[in-house]
Amino acid sequence: MLGKMKLGKSHKYSTFIQCLISAAVVVASAALCSLLFMPLGYKTVALILLMTVSVLAIMLDILPVLLAATLSALIWNFFFIPPVFTFHIDNTEDLLMFLMYFVIALVNAVLMFKIRDAEQKARDKEERENAIKLYNTLLNSLSHEMRTPLATIIGAIDTIKENQNKLSKINNDYLLSEIEIASTRLNRQVENLLNMSRIETGMLKLKKDWCDVNELIFSVIQKFTESGITHKVEFIPNENLPLFKLDEGLMEQVIHNLLDNAIQYTSANSIIKISADLKSEKFEFEISDNGKGFSESEIEHIFEKFYRIPNTKTGGSGLGLSIVKGFVEAHNGNVLVENSKSGGAKFSISIPAETSFIMNLKNE
Amino acid sequence: MNKPEILIIDDEPQIRKLLEINLESNGYIVWQAINGNEGLKMAANHPPELIILDIGLPDKSGHEILKELRTWYNKSIIILSVLNNESDIVSALDNGATDYLTKPFRTGELLARIRAAIKRNQKDENSSIAIFDDLQIDYKARTVSKNNNLIKLTLTEFKLLSLFTKNEGRVLTHHFILKEIWGVGYQLETQYLRVFVGTLRKKIEDNPNKPEHIITESRVGYRFN
Repeated sequence: MLGKMKLGKSHKYSTFIQCLISAAVVVASAALCSLLFMPLGYKTVALILLMTVSVLAIMLDILPVLLAATLSALIWNFFFIPPVFTFHIDNTEDLLMFLMYFVIALVNAVLMFKIRDAEQKARDKEERENAIKLYNTLLNSLSHEMRTPLATIIGAIDTIKENQNKLSKINNDYLLSEIEIASTRLNRQVENLLNMSRIETGMLKLKKDWCDVNELIFSVIQKFTESGITHKVEFIPNENLPLFKLDEGLMEQVIHNLLDNAIQYTSANSIIKISADLKSEKFEFEISDNGKGFSESEIEHIFEKFYRIPNTKTGGSGLGLSIVKGFVEAHNGNVLVENSKSGGAKFSISIPAETSFIMNLKNE
Repeated sequence: MNKPEILIIDDEPQIRKLLEINLESNGYIVWQAINGNEGLKMAANHPPELIILDIGLPDKSGHEILKELRTWYNKSIIILSVLNNESDIVSALDNGATDYLTKPFRTGELLARIRAAIKRNQKDENSSIAIFDDLQIDYKARTVSKNNNLIKLTLTEFKLLSLFTKNEGRVLTHHFILKEIWGVGYQLETQYLRVFVGTLRKKIEDNPNKPEHIITESRVGYRFN
């Protein structure tokens, strides 16, 4: 187990330290042999030392293992092969054994190195393949999400141009509003992609400032109500809430995406409840709806990039919730999704944040 | 009254054409410059009532053009740019831009901002009384009334409201407001600003949760309408 864990090239110790470890293990093992196994004879000691080198070969890089092989061969020769305490070897059999020991130890080290190298290459290949797969998914999803609104726009414009006198006012207006919706969607898609790439490339720099979250939530809700949604959004502000130190722009996106998500995936006239609170020095935000909620497998994948719930209408980017997760985690917070007791979906956000209670300044 | 003249400084012909069609059909006279230097020259030869300026110009950054214009031009300048990160917006506003709109923009929104900006140009700076829909402010007497009912404001609230109303239609950055009201050392103390905007809204807005006078420009500042 230990050996397996340490496989691969990412040892946390430098080569020098590894060499020290390797030498120490060989010396300790030889010392142990001289105390315990001397009665067994120097040939058994050779096997024990060989085993030690093999174990080291599993765990360490090639250089320290070669060192262990050489060192153990010399120690065996010097301390164990008669005459002891000399490098001199009397009979041909012992000399042959010493040379064979040396060769086996070296081959052992090299073979183990090659096996590990091959494993590393296989792992690299797998990673590369996964990256390509992700890239393809991304491209497919991207081209679909960009081309659908573009198709609407181009089609509607062609229709208007070619039927200028024949088109009824109602149809004309309809086509114009389709162009409007599709362009807005395209714009949002670009915005989402930019945000996603900011998260992925680590370019996201938080700009935290004091933030009146009640005001923020109201302003997000207002944008949706102005666009004419039929859903009922309920938010009762907690007037005793302090100011929180958060990145206002990112939090606005988070709240917007969650509310947008709730609106997209529940039927007209559904009720969406929002609450904001301060609990154990954390900003807590909850949004729940009375829709159908999620299945187990949906909950598992919901924050993944480009994940769309099967059989739902097109129009989403598959990025909204990934962005929520990215932005919340950038604040060292976390986001949870579950089905509420009544069955609808419930998202909860919890972000550790500095607070300021100077809500009631002396009226200067 | 003469038709107000607007100078567009933008290198994209489609955007210029779009603006031209819209502005001319709304009673403005439109001048067009395709780069920064031409824009500077045209503005100097024939100062317009308002300038619409792009940031990403081929010869010079819009930020530089803005600074050069502001050495002598004191009418409204609206920035129209694809750049929508708040550092660009804040620096343009701090360098004297009247307003900032990002592309893609809605024509209705742009026209509203233009109207507000031009109204600002024509405002009499010295008049002691100003009226904004349901609000009436008497700067000399230091009184404010809403629907003819006197509102009690603290000194700071009154200063804040005066700053807003004297810059009607203009986006004021957090830093700018803090510096003007509390002084140079307080530029980062945005929590004061949040609190006072909150209390001011409760006094002057019909519904403080859906403000119609003091509008939040997320991450940037506030605008008074």
